[in-house]
Amino acid sequence: MGAPSSVVIVGTGQGGCEVAAALRAGGYAGTVTMVGEEPGVPYERPPLSKALLAGEIAPEQLALRPEAYFQERQIELLESRRAIRIDRPGRRLELDDGTLLPYEHLVLATGARNRTLELEGLELDGVLGLRTLADSLELRQRLEQAQSIVIVGAGFIGLEVASVARRAGREVTVLELAERAMTRTSTAPTAAFFTQAHREHGVRLEFRSAVRALRGSGGRVSAVEDSNGARHAAQVVLIAVGVQPNDELAADAGLPVAAGVLVDRQLLSGDPAISALGDCARFPCALWQSPVLLESVQNAADQAHAVAMRILGGDAPYATVPWFWSDQAGLRLQIAGRSADAEQVVVCGDPEAGRFSALCFREERLCGVESVGRPGDHVAARRLLTSDPGLSPAAAAAADFDLKAYARSR
Amino acid sequence: MPSVTYQPENGPPTQIDAPLGATARDVALAHGVDGIIGECGGQLMCASCHVYVDEAFLHLLPAISEDEEEMLESTAGERLANSRLSCQIKLTEELDGLILRLPAEQL
Repeated sequence: MGAPSSVVIVGTGQGGCEVAAALRAGGYAGTVTMVGEEPGVPYERPPLSKALLAGEIAPEQLALRPEAYFQERQIELLESRRAIRIDRPGRRLELDDGTLLPYEHLVLATGARNRTLELEGLELDGVLGLRTLADSLELRQRLEQAQSIVIVGAGFIGLEVASVARRAGREVTVLELAERAMTRTSTAPTAAFFTQAHREHGVRLEFRSAVRALRGSGGRVSAVEDSNGARHAAQVVLIAVGVQPNDELAADAGLPVAAGVLVDRQLLSGDPAISALGDCARFPCALWQSPVLLESVQNAADQAHAVAMRILGGDAPYATVPWFWSDQAGLRLQIAGRSADAEQVVVCGDPEAGRFSALCFREERLCGVESVGRPGDHVAARRLLTSDPGLSPAAAAAADFDLKAYARSR
Repeated sequence: MPSVTYQPENGPPTQIDAPLGATARDVALAHGVDGIIGECGGQLMCASCHVYVDEAFLHLLPAISEDEEEMLESTAGERLANSRLSCQIKLTEELDGLILRLPAEQL
């Protein structure tokens, strides 16, 4: 069977854009159409909570490809348009303006949207979320006029924004429901290290702290009341409590969905004419026992590449070691593999000096590595985790253990 | 506009007139040059934009930082004396004519 004659991609984020780019780079000659809800060319999201928010770079610098790239490669970019229905028998995608786009292959790269909280005062002016370029620009502008910000949620986004706001001299309070920071992404030792670093920079971080209500005057937010009865003054409140996958389009079309579009090792959904990838897809990964959904640029971009290769005729299963990063408190955290729920953690290096790696084990096997100030360890870990690393916690705990040297010896 | 040539191990070279101040990684991606992935967005994070710099230009590049040094130790393609990460190569008029050879694999 040859390649399909037309590919329609729903979503113009990193994943959707990389599918289109990789198809053309691989010589794909059929039609390629991208549909996205946001205006403009596809852009990088990581800087939205980092360099762009800090004003260090301009919005134009976020473009994943210049506008001319899409024209030159005949990639049709339908911006500010929403896909509302998949007609699977007719192989057509219906858009919110009534357009019916025929497809031979459909790629769902619909991403995720921010979770919201049921909260009194959520509608007040100054209560924001962060997901899009427009969100980031608005937050930046609001921060310029604010004295203090309260951030709800101590995950990557919340803590990255806390760093930027603190560096700009704002009073920053982070309220987290869990007992520690970054429960979904990082181990306890690494979270503790970053918590201390944030506090040294003057960020107030409170755990086991739920938000009871947002208070305001004249329609504008002025304070956050927490479950312990304390009141935190704020002119800006950022809700950063994670995301949920945009899987409704797939669910409505009868595709198997379980908090994410379920796909196989080839990233195919229950319909061989439909793939799904990135933040909206739940896929089998060797490091997890059950299908997993990963929210990261790397996952979106690498899965996009894999989907494009498959459309072009390849049949390799997707098996890339996932990795993640975060910039916080002037430090960089790099994560390879699966770390947050490790059974055993061995810390190598010197946390006091801000240079260490947390080696994570499950069932006595290395499953992930978190690195701070040790980029070489990170890259070594990504290569080690592609197969059984053969490393025991005891061996890693030896005083002279060196992950890079170990990786080289394998 | 400085011109840069990307030379894959097997295959024809791509020559591009690059905007001043862009990085060699950004230019490669903007023009769809295969063989440079740079998936971290040029953040010195992924070591997937590894290149071999033509010897004639090596002395014109800024020194290798500690972080880049560490990343280069773990690249998939062999680390050579002229290895650099292309996200760290800002294109200047001086670098006009730059030739970058691409390793067979990036990670």
